[in-house]
Amino acid sequence: MRDNFVRQLSELARSDPRIFLITADLGFKVLDNFAEEFPNQYLNVGIAEQNMIGLATGMAMNGRVVFCYSIGNFSTLRCLEQIRNDACYHEANVKVVAVGGGFSYGPLGISHHATEDLSIMRALPNMTIAVPGDQWEAREATKALAATPGTCYLRLDKSPAPATARAKEVFYIGKARTIREGTDITLIATGGILGPALEAADSLVEQGITCRVISMHTIKPFDSEAVLRACRETGGIVTVEEHTIHGGLGSLVAEVCMDAGVKPNVFRRIGLRAGFSSIVGAQEYLRREYGMDAKAIAKAVAELVSAGSPHAPRPRLKVSSGGATS
Amino acid sequence: MEQNAATNLRPRTEPLASAELALKIRKHAVRMTNLGGSSHVGSVLSMADIVAVLYGGILRVDPSNPEKIDRDRFILSKGHAGAGIYAALAESGFFSTELLEKHCADGSVLSGHVSHRGVPGVELSTGSLGHGLSVGAGMAYGSKLDKIDNRAFVLLSDGECDEGSTWEAALFASHHKLDNLVAIVDYNKIQSLAPVSETLQLEPFADKWKAFGWSVAEVDGHDHNSLYAHFSAIPRVTGKPSCFIAHTTKGKGVSFMERSVLWHYRTPRGSEYDEALNELNSDT
Repeated sequence: MRDNFVRQLSELARSDPRIFLITADLGFKVLDNFAEEFPNQYLNVGIAEQNMIGLATGMAMNGRVVFCYSIGNFSTLRCLEQIRNDACYHEANVKVVAVGGGFSYGPLGISHHATEDLSIMRALPNMTIAVPGDQWEAREATKALAATPGTCYLRLDKSPAPATARAKEVFYIGKARTIREGTDITLIATGGILGPALEAADSLVEQGITCRVISMHTIKPFDSEAVLRACRETGGIVTVEEHTIHGGLGSLVAEVCMDAGVKPNVFRRIGLRAGFSSIVGAQEYLRREYGMDAKAIAKAVAELVSAGSPHAPRPRLKVSSGGATS
Repeated sequence: MEQNAATNLRPRTEPLASAELALKIRKHAVRMTNLGGSSHVGSVLSMADIVAVLYGGILRVDPSNPEKIDRDRFILSKGHAGAGIYAALAESGFFSTELLEKHCADGSVLSGHVSHRGVPGVELSTGSLGHGLSVGAGMAYGSKLDKIDNRAFVLLSDGECDEGSTWEAALFASHHKLDNLVAIVDYNKIQSLAPVSETLQLEPFADKWKAFGWSVAEVDGHDHNSLYAHFSAIPRVTGKPSCFIAHTTKGKGVSFMERSVLWHYRTPRGSEYDEALNELNSDT
């Protein structure tokens, strides 16, 4: 995703001199082309994330659109107060970019696991949050955030889902995408873990279970309507996030439902429950270890459908099997 | 650096008016902290002369057009002394001095720590220390790229130099030769709980800034003529950011507040309030 982000940003930078990229000394080989092509729109500030966000705010106040690039934990946690007080409070055009959402850098250890960033960023006022699930969403989100006034957070993943875009599809910040239709359960996923969610939906067809799968690529503003429709139209909701279950996508969906007084028949949050992961491993390994891979998602859905079936409003919708609809 | 429209933004007042402005800032600060039940009055009094010289004769800003693109930027990084900036801005014509009565009041936009929302002339909201120099450096860096001939002035507290982020910005500014960036440290030698020297020694302070690549001058932070002369000669060295370590007295101008840790947090009330104003009034 990061390569697509950089390619898209390069396209933007070519036509818009306001576009600026700051890195805090990360992006070996990834940012070289950008740096070479846009020497006046690129800066490596060294290993100094607090300074990066402060600088970006000052430059944004002079009219620039400043993307700040680092690994998930560094670009969010290390400089959280600068993001809050400097960027967000001043509604500065600062775009915080995290490469390595979730367990993208799984083998590197907990210092590099970005597993609380969404809850934390979500709490900040004046913050737009995009979490693309596939390469197309990564490019579209980059474009959309560049055009969105104010402070934004872009969380990129090392393992994107397979391509999900339909021909001529238009991407909107704040509008969830229904990737496939189904009635038994709605799987709502954010980020690259959309891939395992789709895989789970595929595997469940054999058991006669159909899933609606939603890519919730924007966490803020949140598409509450898509959630409430899923409550009304399908047998329940399962949220899938490569992130702590505390305060992230699952919490958000639960809040939306409670606020609206609309209860899904069955509900489960799939995400990180273990706290810190002191064991390491590839992203795929850690997803499996913490019950977030396709198999675990499918198992959870099957259990819920079986448990919820006496009460669930069974299929209300006529759907074309498996195909994507709007 | 090429000359441009910035030179049309002449200082509003002649330098001699700064003494009067400083006194007004001090009186406002005592009144505002009394009315608002707030404090940091000692911190305002220590920087009042620096702020008065800047707004009185150095900053190229225009109260009738506070967003003008090539204006000088002033950042109060020691945001706890917000009362002093509100007073300076009001007295410089950015908004009515009547608004100052609402400092820290219920529903007011004038917070104890300086905030820009609804307050013309405030460039950056601060209050958490160690933020201002980075933002100022970003402004200065942006101006260099845009070939805008303006300066970013950042006023820091001495205690604020405990913050590592201040030094991140200091490294950046010299590396990128930001000679349009000015750091002024209000070195009143007292921080929240105790003297700086007992809390976390900054000395040799000037040497630290020099080692970080800045051109440094130690100045008397209460001597208007000296401050005016120094601030008129920026950059001190072409290609280097300028740092002024301004030796000041915390609580300057009110005898019983001077050099006192107590008056970092104490609110002037009752006879102390009257006495403070009397002292300042007799200064005219």
